[in-house]
Amino acid sequence: MVSRGSERYFDIFIYVLLLLLAFICVFPLLFVLSVSLTPYSEVLRNGGFILIPKSITFEAYKILFGMEEIPRAFLVTIFVTVMSTALNLILTIPLAFALSRKHLIGRGFFIFMIVFTMMFGGGLIPTYLVVQWTGLLNTVWAMIIPGAISTWNVLIVKTFFENLPEELFESARIDGAGEFKVLSSIALPLSIPVMVTIGLFCVVASWNTFFSAIFYITDNDLNPLQVIVRRLLVSTSELDVGNTDVTLPTTTLQMASVVMASLPVIVVYPFVQKHLTKGMLVGALKG
Amino acid sequence: MALPSAPKASRTGIQPGKKTTSLWKNLWSMRSLYLMLLPGIIYYVVYKYVPMYGVLIAFKDYDILSGIVKSPWADPWYKHFQFFFESPYFNQLLTNTFLISFYKTVWGTFLAIFVAVLIHEGRIPWLNRIVQTLSYMPHFLSYVIIYGIAIAFFSETSGLINRLIVENGGSAIPFLSSESYFRSVLVGTDVWKDLGWGAIVYLAAMSSIDSTLYEAARIEGAGRLRRIWHITLPGIRSVIILLLVLKIGSVLDAGFEQIYIMYNVQVYPVADIIDTWVYRVGLEQLNFSLATAVGLFKSVIGLILVYLSNKLARKWGGNLW
Repeated sequence: MVSRGSERYFDIFIYVLLLLLAFICVFPLLFVLSVSLTPYSEVLRNGGFILIPKSITFEAYKILFGMEEIPRAFLVTIFVTVMSTALNLILTIPLAFALSRKHLIGRGFFIFMIVFTMMFGGGLIPTYLVVQWTGLLNTVWAMIIPGAISTWNVLIVKTFFENLPEELFESARIDGAGEFKVLSSIALPLSIPVMVTIGLFCVVASWNTFFSAIFYITDNDLNPLQVIVRRLLVSTSELDVGNTDVTLPTTTLQMASVVMASLPVIVVYPFVQKHLTKGMLVGALKG
Repeated sequence: MALPSAPKASRTGIQPGKKTTSLWKNLWSMRSLYLMLLPGIIYYVVYKYVPMYGVLIAFKDYDILSGIVKSPWADPWYKHFQFFFESPYFNQLLTNTFLISFYKTVWGTFLAIFVAVLIHEGRIPWLNRIVQTLSYMPHFLSYVIIYGIAIAFFSETSGLINRLIVENGGSAIPFLSSESYFRSVLVGTDVWKDLGWGAIVYLAAMSSIDSTLYEAARIEGAGRLRRIWHITLPGIRSVIILLLVLKIGSVLDAGFEQIYIMYNVQVYPVADIIDTWVYRVGLEQLNFSLATAVGLFKSVIGLILVYLSNKLARKWGGNLW
């Protein structure tokens, strides 16, 4: 038998490591928050930023929201998030349902057709040309429509539908229900959890929209939050000449913009964590 | 009287056409399912398959005014590929892509397993829950946010680490713009982002290990470390191997978004990957044909790798699972 004492020490060792892990994950975020709230006077007094400032100021946030660019970027991002998520669900659900029907003629072909796009694609420029050709270039829709379906999500929902008991569908069909009726009144009510999961993935992804804007948007008024925040991070970092007429250190402003862009995700995340983790596992099992 | 006999007649009468009529009838009976497919399939055709046709411009001298069809063919047709293979970029891009991808995979896998073991060994449910919640969170932050955090710590002028170095008499290190540190910053921040998230799969695999094995080992006198080494890790070996094999398929994806957001001219020699180069050549220098050719090169290699890794995974799958 292993001595009780050594088991105990091992437990304590594990707990210390677990706490350290939690600290490593949270500390960077807390530090960023602290920097964004530190008044200039404190920075001067300490010769730099410290972890816990003696007093805090929301000056940086006031400046950011007074910038006109920021509130507009927020609106763009919110619009993109809402529309992307809605469109994703609207397109994914019927597609996944049809593909989950085993008797569908041509099912194998259609499944191959969508799975193949996970392995091969035309690449950046040909996709850019299609976005241009479909008239989306420099419109807010360029951040919504080209990513309107995630093949991954289609496969997750398809698998879910396939695992629903077939008898449910059969009895509805005997009662004379068409496929649309079966989908809307039987399959959908049973699949709310999986819809929440893929919806949330979509919300997070579109809140973080960055690349589609870099690729397809040149009009600054249409830039989403992440693009504006990145510009703040780059334009005032050490690679560039600092902006000296601001009453706050540029780093304070930068960190405030980082907090601002991540806060919605961080605040909502703990409440929806369960759904997201479940989706990850379903995806991993599929893959 | 005629009504019941009518289908019979058609059934026996047009024997050769039977299959086609019933096929059409079947298709027609599924019309609502096809209607459901339609919007999705249109999406895939327009935004996934038309671009595949568009790779034609890799073999042409694309001219914006003429469009894809009317642009003249490149002479020779492999001109752009040849240019790329013979250019100094080829080696550099491939090396950077491979190295960054490799380091991310190795460190990411190793630390995710470590985290999974920690949580698996944790005996206090609420502590485990808190640790899991906190460590999954960074996964949902965008790379712009990650870059902001990196600036807070690694910036030459205001970063926390450099401040500590300077206070202790050292001189500041330009982590974000130095060729010798930038790759480590990329790998480190990326691994941090997915530290907990990557552990989920391993944790799930661990929870399906037969608990009587642990009990037996405990009675035999095996300590915790030995149980981890001889039961937990072997128990997830198949999952580790499977995930690593599948990773081969995406080895050329070194993290376009992260690198694009975090890199700068000073670190191009160590951080420029195929994707970032394609972006600059294509959308900044507007050399569409060359960018498409290089993108196509990457996609084809990627396709081959995915095919091979899937085959490998399936071949071993029988023995592993």
